[in-house]
Amino acid sequence: MLRFVLKRLAQALLIILASLTVVFLVVRVAPGDPAALILGASASPSDLADLRRELGLDEPLLSQYVTFLHGVLQGDFGSSWRLGGDALANVLDRLPATLQLSACALVVTLVVGFPLGVVSARRAGSWIDRLISVPTLLGQALPSFWVGVMLILIFSRTLDVLPATADGTVASLVLPSVTLALPFLGWLARLVRNGVLEELGKDYVRTARSKGVDSRVVFYRHVVRNMMIPVVTLLGLLVGNFIANAVIIEVVFAWPGVGSLMIDSITNRDYSVVQAAIMTITVAYVLLNLLVDFLYVKLDPRLNPEHMS
Amino acid sequence: MTLNPASPAEAPERAAAGPGTPAPDVNPAVPAPARRRMPPRAWVAVGFLALVVLGAAVGPLLLPYSATDTDLPNRLLPPGARLSDGGVTLLGTDQLGRDLLAQILAGSRVSVIVGLATVLIGGFAGLVLGLLAGYFGGWIDTLISRLGDAQLAFPSVLLAILIAGVLGPSLTNIIIALAVTRWVIFARVVRASALTVQGLEYVESARVVGAGHLRILVRYILPSCWAPLLVAGTAQIGLAMVAEASLSFLGLGVPVTQASWGATISDGRDYLSSAWWISTLPGVALALVVVAVGLVSDAYRDHTDPRAAL
Repeated sequence: MLRFVLKRLAQALLIILASLTVVFLVVRVAPGDPAALILGASASPSDLADLRRELGLDEPLLSQYVTFLHGVLQGDFGSSWRLGGDALANVLDRLPATLQLSACALVVTLVVGFPLGVVSARRAGSWIDRLISVPTLLGQALPSFWVGVMLILIFSRTLDVLPATADGTVASLVLPSVTLALPFLGWLARLVRNGVLEELGKDYVRTARSKGVDSRVVFYRHVVRNMMIPVVTLLGLLVGNFIANAVIIEVVFAWPGVGSLMIDSITNRDYSVVQAAIMTITVAYVLLNLLVDFLYVKLDPRLNPEHMS
Repeated sequence: MTLNPASPAEAPERAAAGPGTPAPDVNPAVPAPARRRMPPRAWVAVGFLALVVLGAAVGPLLLPYSATDTDLPNRLLPPGARLSDGGVTLLGTDQLGRDLLAQILAGSRVSVIVGLATVLIGGFAGLVLGLLAGYFGGWIDTLISRLGDAQLAFPSVLLAILIAGVLGPSLTNIIIALAVTRWVIFARVVRASALTVQGLEYVESARVVGAGHLRILVRYILPSCWAPLLVAGTAQIGLAMVAEASLSFLGLGVPVTQASWGATISDGRDYLSSAWWISTLPGVALALVVVAVGLVSDAYRDHTDPRAAL
């Protein structure tokens, strides 16, 4: 078990290092001189040269990379020229809002998606199954940023029942979390439906039925319970995707999270904040996936690597 | 111009089983082309997509759109309203009096170009790298597969946003950003099929007869990679279109002088109460296209691989 944990930890670290490298390379080969951007168009050539030296931009790429990694290890992504202050601190300030949104979206996905999948499987092939499959397929096909705009149009502008932008109330969480959850909700419902149907064909179901157990008991007590394992392990995957997809949804609802900060920073070429934001999201994403792997082994002892070998 | 997704896949199959090749009559990886019919809704979707492509090609010529041409007396007119010059605006006008139909047609061109170019470029890169990884194995496979794994472990939305944002708004840059994030998907599909056939007898016999790597790759491995690659490709066209619209919505897509569905949806957000059509209609167009692409892709997948049908 320890070897498994260490191996996965090493892999996670490698992925984080790889994404740091990608982020560094993409930003450094970008057209446009960061020094010129900070000082503005009226800067004198000598001022520009001074700032470039100060930022280390005149050094070779490799030594810039080493300096960058050294800084990152100490949590130093540089300072934001637009907002002032430490870039990472600015990002971490916004992190709770993103986590809150993702957590709400997760609750919506589970509370709606799981029962929908169970009902679909219970009544597979019936009109109710088909009725459920329509919105779940649509939720996956429709571009979610547009769905967000449409929900604002319907529930804020026309019916005037829910706020369109973050105002600190619980009600303002509803539209963004539903928008974020929608594509994954359909995905989960389908996954649960097909999983339950597959499970129904297994031997233990036949055994339970043949010894006279009520079909509802077989269904809800045995089959649905067995479906919980894969679903629980999907949670981390879901939250990781929520945090990444929240980037666009936050812009739609002016949600004060990491995503909207990142988009603001990227359009203003405030790259230290962009790097800190991408790193924060990637670390959250990788850690959640790691957590899922461990959870998986814990929940299903058959998957323990010690038993496998 | 018809968009028949079945035809490109059949050509290489025939080539593989054609006369003069030492390959057996039945290609083991691709079952003999069964004459199963595509469901009617897939044909409706194909017809709709053909219309969209036609609209993207000739629409902007018939109904030109200019980002700088404003017509303020006719601003925010609802669909079907009469213009001050007596004409009728079918889909209404936006906040600057620009016709929405013209804007949607111009946007469809961007959408179609990005969807096709991304899949072609990403698909080609994925095909080459996937073939190399699956056929040669060893350190080449390790290198390509690990690179792909690392990229997939990193949320692809972020990578596309980062590349598009850093390169700046332009059609080419969106295509680059999206192709870079998509090649992995194609490479995995191709690698898997290359891996399954590369140990089969007809490939072995070609090797024994003395065929070179290039010949084996192109004539014996490649044909069985087409079908899964095309299935992945058709599905990705729709996703690439959504990704383009999302980037343009964020202001990281096409420059402001070009129309894009995503940009129009974003512009309309300030006028949701007074002019719902600006944000709604381009999104409806995008959603219809994406659903149609999905239907065609599913039908094509069931057509080539009946086991995949649920």
